Amino acid sequence: MRELVSLLNVFCLLSLLAVGGGSAVLPQMEHETVTVHGWVSADDFASIYSLGQMAPGPNMTMVGLIGYKAADHAGMPPGFAFAAMIIVLLAFYLPSSFLTYGASHIWDAFHENPWRDSIQKGMAPVTIGLMLAGVHAVGKTASYNPEHSVYFNGLTIAIGLAVTAILFMKHINPALLILAGGVVGWFFLRGI
Amino acid sequence: MNKPTPAALFAAFFRIGVTSFGGGLVAYLRDEIVTNKSWMSEDEFLAALEIGQTLPGLNSVNVAIIAGRKLAGPAGAVAAATGLVIPGAVILCILGFLYVRFRKNPDVAAALAGIAAAAVGLLLQVTLKIGAKQFLNPIDLAFVLLTFVLVGLCHVSLPVVLFIVAPFAIILRRPRKEASK
Repeated sequence: MRELVSLLNVFCLLSLLAVGGGSAVLPQMEHETVTVHGWVSADDFASIYSLGQMAPGPNMTMVGLIGYKAADHAGMPPGFAFAAMIIVLLAFYLPSSFLTYGASHIWDAFHENPWRDSIQKGMAPVTIGLMLAGVHAVGKTASYNPEHSVYFNGLTIAIGLAVTAILFMKHINPALLILAGGVVGWFFLRGI
Repeated sequence: MNKPTPAALFAAFFRIGVTSFGGGLVAYLRDEIVTNKSWMSEDEFLAALEIGQTLPGLNSVNVAIIAGRKLAGPAGAVAAATGLVIPGAVILCILGFLYVRFRKNPDVAAALAGIAAAAVGLLLQVTLKIGAKQFLNPIDLAFVLLTFVLVGLCHVSLPVVLFIVAPFAIILRRPRKEASK
């Protein structure tokens, strides 16, 4: 029960801190769920994040799986694990949604305010820095993991860089590339 | 411009929620709301996107809330947001169940390692693409790196960055009187 309340608290706060989109909150989410609360391992976090990239809809819906895994980790029965998933989804989506709903009412009053442009221009580099920290938060286990061999790490880094390069060169659905990464991983990383 | 019912909004956003594999949701939303259904003009959509990007939360969900409210009031906002999120949540529910059960299987573990490695590449590409302008501007780049080091390497908590670093970034971009003649 205490775990469910902690999940609620952490994800409500993350919802309101997700300035500049979901990816900006990834490093903080990784820190809270892996290091502070130990709900998921670093490997789980990277896997769950990447599963979220394969499902349709908003990619941050994967937070529900962190709730599921946290409840499973705490030894709760599957019914509670599903409840935890719903709680985390509500905690992550409701606060920011209420805020947006309310703010869209009063937004028009600020339409001509020159500070709005300043906020957008000023926040842009902070958001990019946070996203870069998100790359690091997921990549420190998914791309380069000191527990793995040089061959393993070389291949995971190569897969990531290949995806980055292909996306810059070709207009292709990223979900297909992620699936392709899975096939390459299955073929070359089995039993290593 | 015709106004949809909440049910029509739910159906339209649900369809996006089912088909939008691979991210880039805002483009899907624009195609449906502006092009296919003509529920909003291009300008109205861009205004909604601007609010959605500035406020906390996912851009796509925020746009759904704003568009839903404008088109069909509170019920419209709920219909649009739930329609967008529910399909992915159901699919992730199944994926999560399978993940918890089979993640120790060597075949599954190897495939997951490849999938996670590819997802890092995707996130890196998105970051570089939308940050292209910021990486080339020295002041912006300083804030990009400062934020990265503080949050990514030193684990400074996010509120510290948002309430101490971000205000400086915003003040440097403050409105200039002389620019408006």
